[in-house]
Amino acid sequence: MTLLHENTEPQAPARQRPAAARRRKPLRTRAYKVFRVVALIAVVLFLIAPLFWMLLASFKTNVDIYDAGKSFLFTPTGENYANVLQRNNYFVFIFNSFWVAFVSTALSLVLGVPAAYAMSRFTMHRSALVVLMARVIPGVSLLVPWYYVFSNLKMVGGFEVLILSHMFVALPLIVYIMMSYFDGLPLELEESAQVDGLTPIGAFRRITLPLSVAGMATAGILSFIFSWNNFMFALVLSGSKTKTLPVAIFDFVSYASIDWGGLMAAATVVTIPIMIIALFTQKYIVSGLTAGATKG
Amino acid sequence: MSVLNPGRTTAATATTQEKFSAWANRHRKWLFASPAMIFVGILIVFPLAWTLYLSLTDSQGSVRAASDFVGFENYLTVLTDTERFWPAVGRTLSFTLVALGFEVVLGMAIALLLWRPFRGEKWVRVAILLPLVATPVAVGMMWRLIFDPNIGFANQLLGLVGIPPQPWLSGQDSALPTTIFMDVWQWTPMVVLILLAGLTSLSDEPDEAARMDGANAFQRFFFVTLPLMMPTVIVAILLRGIDALKTFDILYATKGKGGGSFHEVETLNVYAYGLSFDYNQYGLSSAVLILFFMIIIGSMWLLTMRKKAVSK
Repeated sequence: MTLLHENTEPQAPARQRPAAARRRKPLRTRAYKVFRVVALIAVVLFLIAPLFWMLLASFKTNVDIYDAGKSFLFTPTGENYANVLQRNNYFVFIFNSFWVAFVSTALSLVLGVPAAYAMSRFTMHRSALVVLMARVIPGVSLLVPWYYVFSNLKMVGGFEVLILSHMFVALPLIVYIMMSYFDGLPLELEESAQVDGLTPIGAFRRITLPLSVAGMATAGILSFIFSWNNFMFALVLSGSKTKTLPVAIFDFVSYASIDWGGLMAAATVVTIPIMIIALFTQKYIVSGLTAGATKG
Repeated sequence: MSVLNPGRTTAATATTQEKFSAWANRHRKWLFASPAMIFVGILIVFPLAWTLYLSLTDSQGSVRAASDFVGFENYLTVLTDTERFWPAVGRTLSFTLVALGFEVVLGMAIALLLWRPFRGEKWVRVAILLPLVATPVAVGMMWRLIFDPNIGFANQLLGLVGIPPQPWLSGQDSALPTTIFMDVWQWTPMVVLILLAGLTSLSDEPDEAARMDGANAFQRFFFVTLPLMMPTVIVAILLRGIDALKTFDILYATKGKGGGSFHEVETLNVYAYGLSFDYNQYGLSSAVLILFFMIIIGSMWLLTMRKKAVSK
């Protein structure tokens, strides 16, 4: 590695420096380069290794999991997945998770995008604060009253109440991301559209919205992920028919002895879809998570 | 509109439509904003008011059961409870502060490593994203296997370097640090992404000027880059801190009800959840929640003040 660097190191900038620096500088930058590579590999290993371990264990029999000698060398089996998917009905939970995340995200976009637009264009900071409060409040303090009201309305265990509770997570997120997106969109476009005869709402619909597709994708993907991962609301508000994946995994360990292989297969089944989505939408996720973070 | 379109036949409907359109355009500010605000308002204001009310009653068993108004008795009980409440406050704060400390320092270090472009950058970025999007409950289960005292990979690794097996999650003293480790694993990437966005938005000039003046890398970081990054660092602390205070999923997934048999990882959120849904002590849990909420708001306020001071 170091040898390679010595040959490929560009010498041009060093030549312009005084003699003493020329001798020291390349050595120091080379040392830093090696350090950087080693450090980055360590970081990647630290982040990936546990997930890799989970994946490995999901293909092991429980006997192999208990055998330290078979940490990496073992005969893979698909039995854990067959068990989880068929016997434990995980297809139902996968559908539930997907449906709740999808509908709550779609409805939150319908409510949140116009709201974010108004809050950005009319600088309604206090109103924005009301919506953002939803991010700060501990979920438990809302769950007791929700549970009481919704069980009186015979809604607990249905999809509606789950979707409502997940919208509560999705909406503030969407408003927050879209507000910073609209803040960065130039006003001039809308103004010239209005000069050309569009009403303000028409300009929003025909000019601003089409320009905001990237922002809405960012907000939608993140809200989908947050809803998919949400545990506490579903733990209280879902019934046997509407159970989402995180709750299903949690129920997996309530038996006396843990079926580790099955548990890891279940954990993999939950995380894989979301990771695949993340891989393909990496840019959006990063811009959504960092939205507004660098503003003064 | 109608001037441009004289061929219109149904004049009456056209005018009502136009009237509505004109009205909608005039009031678009509140027309756009109010549905979302009403939705959030109903789901927050009413439950919060109810929680406040419940905290002043002796409600338990079922919310429907008759309950008496007891004034501030619940708060008195909670605030003098040195067995569950204060230890939970301590755990919440130490969990948050230690996790945040590691996440910000590690996050800054990793962000600096990633700052300048390099080959294979794409793959490192993918690695950073994966823990961040992983379902916390599944992550908890994953660590349960890795930290299992008998069959876990963590003790296998320690065995390789000759360190005796550790109890990790099942130890009374080691459970909370282990959950902090999990939190650091999952959320350091979030801090990295925020700080990296901040670093890339910095202008190169101050750094270049310091380099010209002969400042070394450490001096440039501590006296040039870090002060410029302070507002972003505080945003990262704010965003991460709110979630860290409210951590529930990995704690409940790894240690279950009550934060384990000795309440090793019982933070305020786990305690309040347990009081509400495992023991149905609504009055008491509401008092805990109101106090918890005040802690969150208080820390947010402090950070926002700090950010304003730094930004100036």
